[in-house]
Amino acid sequence: MRKANVLPGLRLGLGYTLTYLSILVLIPIAALILKSASVSPEQFWQIATGTRAMASYRVTFGASLIAASINAVFGLIVAWVLVRYTFPGKRLIDALVDLPFALPTAVAGITLATLYSGNGWIGQFLEPLGLKVAFTPLGIVVALTFITLPFVVRTLQPVIEDIEPEAEDAAASLGASRWQTWMRVIFPTIFPALLTGFTLGLSRAIGEFGSVIFIAGNMPLISEITPLLIISKLEQYDLPGATVLAVVMLIVSFVLLLTINILQWWTAQRQSGDGGASEPMPAPVVQAA
Amino acid sequence: MKASSVFAALLALAAAPAFADVSLLNVSYDVARDFYKDYNPLFEKYWKAKAGETVTIKQSHGGSTKQVLAVADGLDGDVVTMNQSTDVEFLASKNMVAKDWAKKFPNNASPYTSTMVLIVRKGNPKGIKDWNDLAKPGVQVVIPHPKNTGNGRYSYLAAWGYALKQPGGNDRTAQEFVGKILKNAPLFPPGGRDATTTFMQRKIGDVLATFESEAELIAKEFGRGEFEVVYPSLSILTEFPVAVVETVVDKKHSRKEATAYLEYLWSKEGQENAAQNYLRPRDAEMQKKYAKQFPAIRTFTVDEIFGGWTKAAATHFRDGGSFDQIYEQK
Amino acid sequence: MIEGRARSEPRAVRIALTSIALAFLFFFLILPLAAVFVEALRAGIAAYAGALTEPETLHAIGLTLLIAAIALPFNILFGVAAAWAIAKFEFRGKSLLITLIDLPFAVSPVVAGLLFILLFGAQGYFGHWLQAHDVKIVFAIPGMVLATLFVTVPFVARELIPLMQEQGRDEEEAAISLGASGWQMFMRVTVPNIKWSLLYGVILANARAMGEFGAVSVVSGHIRGETNTLPLHVEIFYNEYNMVGAFAAASVLALLALVTLAAKSVVEWRMRVETEMLSAGLSPEKGS
Repeated sequence: MRKANVLPGLRLGLGYTLTYLSILVLIPIAALILKSASVSPEQFWQIATGTRAMASYRVTFGASLIAASINAVFGLIVAWVLVRYTFPGKRLIDALVDLPFALPTAVAGITLATLYSGNGWIGQFLEPLGLKVAFTPLGIVVALTFITLPFVVRTLQPVIEDIEPEAEDAAASLGASRWQTWMRVIFPTIFPALLTGFTLGLSRAIGEFGSVIFIAGNMPLISEITPLLIISKLEQYDLPGATVLAVVMLIVSFVLLLTINILQWWTAQRQSGDGGASEPMPAPVVQAA
Repeated sequence: MKASSVFAALLALAAAPAFADVSLLNVSYDVARDFYKDYNPLFEKYWKAKAGETVTIKQSHGGSTKQVLAVADGLDGDVVTMNQSTDVEFLASKNMVAKDWAKKFPNNASPYTSTMVLIVRKGNPKGIKDWNDLAKPGVQVVIPHPKNTGNGRYSYLAAWGYALKQPGGNDRTAQEFVGKILKNAPLFPPGGRDATTTFMQRKIGDVLATFESEAELIAKEFGRGEFEVVYPSLSILTEFPVAVVETVVDKKHSRKEATAYLEYLWSKEGQENAAQNYLRPRDAEMQKKYAKQFPAIRTFTVDEIFGGWTKAAATHFRDGGSFDQIYEQK
Repeated sequence: MIEGRARSEPRAVRIALTSIALAFLFFFLILPLAAVFVEALRAGIAAYAGALTEPETLHAIGLTLLIAAIALPFNILFGVAAAWAIAKFEFRGKSLLITLIDLPFAVSPVVAGLLFILLFGAQGYFGHWLQAHDVKIVFAIPGMVLATLFVTVPFVARELIPLMQEQGRDEEEAAISLGASGWQMFMRVTVPNIKWSLLYGVILANARAMGEFGAVSVVSGHIRGETNTLPLHVEIFYNEYNMVGAFAAASVLALLALVTLAAKSVVEWRMRVETEMLSAGLSPEKGS
């Protein structure tokens, strides 16, 4: 049953959040947009939709989506295994999951390029199969999967730990198979967190530069990512041009993230409506006790 | 709030003026590290003896263009030592270095030179002798990104200039020729040194285009028996312009030291240091002394063929320039 | 702990899932990490130690730790405040706010650095004022801290929000209705409930703060022995063909992350011992 929200701290929390975000994120981004507005709208359009730029969006967003999806699937399995099962070396593996963040991205790129190139530890087995990874778009996916690996695992772990065993027991005692319990009880509970992990991984992948350039090959129209084009503009002392591409990336990412976040909010609401079993009422409405 | 007071303290710390003796910041390009690591102690000793003043030289290295952008954005470099004159030209356009910076020091303000050479695998299995062999089908070429790296730009211009100098050569044939070479490039490493690693360690490609000065360093790191250096029939003379950053030396009152620092590059010691780092000295005596190290090679300058770096950059490496045309008009 | 049959998958499924997870981690995590350490130790322990004890490397390690330490309290405070507001309250534009928190991830590190140059660089919007007052932000530590804070904005908040949403408001509301002050409720109910997520978030943010390369690279100025962090120093080593040095420095970052994780494991273990002792005394109460 819904009660009036008696909790304190909304103003403080929200106020601090907004101030912090304004200083660190909004004002700098406003500066970026302001700078990009120094080119005329026609020029803006021309830069934003150039052949190379369009190809780079495809590479950047495509590879990021694939990498985030890989991590959503495997990250879920990893998180589940790490929380629910026991096996030798579990603690160590658990500890290692964060390391892709700690490693400077350039190191990740160099290491992966070495591993997956034709004479590397992994590449030597893949190349005879006709599978070239390093210096192809596939290499970009590998690098992005590596650097965003912790997101899904780490957002899911606490939520899986927090699942109340009673719900599972109840489902089982009502005759649900394990699969049914999983799909009907567990998955809906962890889905918002999974989506969060996916979103974070996706957004991080879109902006990634350091690791990708060392493994991508950077061929125009094939394996050139948008951040590299931004660097290219800066190399031509074309700061406004660079900001145009940055703004385009920003807008696309923003829309993408916003869509996912709204979707997530919506599923969370629906679910709490189902779970609470009271009335399917839109959430923002606050009802007196 | 505790955190913000820490931050305020830090700000204050950063804002406080430095009280060191004289310290100079040399903002330089990426691969100049080895050179200046040896040169700085030489100058510090010289200046101590000459002016009785202790100078500390601090170094900052990075991609040439990124470095001058940082200087324009407030990185307080007293001097810039770059690998292409467009970068110094950019600072001149911002009135941060003198408009006539190239005349402030001898030799176009470039204390040493180098040239682009070809590195091939031991025994030269593909028989690569000259730039035109790079355009042949079945040859894999490793060049750092031609648009984003100094090393790549020089390689690109070297091949272009070579094509122009062939019988009947013109801009159209040159573009075709360079296009064929680029078609043989399986990747564009993001930097000169990464290109070397790709070629030597990952064994990708049949030929690597790089600075002559790099060849010796490659031998040091990867072993001499692994590769051969091929001198093409004609190559580009690469110059490494230096300049005093006027706005910074005025603010820091370090003009005297900064100017001396750059002038000393042309001294016997400075020139010998260049030769020892496999950079071709300007000084005739040092050229003779180290002649064995530097085989004679026919070269052209960017000014001669391309009418200066600024123009070369605009025609070839700007968006929509010849490099982009090669890829976009397939 | 959780061994009830109804609550676990069949054995075959467990083995299959574990194998998939391990295989995935092997190729995407363990091999790359092993490669880093193999490269770092290729020339022996002496060369490894030699690269790390160079004064410039030591300075870089110090600077990296300093920046991470400054960023830490900011990240915790922001993360908890934002998660509290978002998870415990309903308000208009919430999805928008979450998206704004996510946004720094989607901004390429290169652009992130550029943002602060645009604001505080000599040609930037505040550049004139800063120069006139002789305040240095970019190409000095403040700028590097700002860039680090920017790239780590989402971590703690994003880690906390799903958990706090899942937990709902009941416990806190109970505390308030029993007369607890806001602070008491927060410290006695909220913090114990979220501490693991908070710790995860902090560890992730910290790892990222220490490992960040792109954004910091743009605002650092690369002055050796002055504004060079460890990731930037890795690049220097790499560009000097000093592979041992490059990978040694990288391995230090990995080890630093492992230290924080080891600390976490110890805390976790002690907490478990504590709760076990506690529940041993109260066990008849449980399970009603």
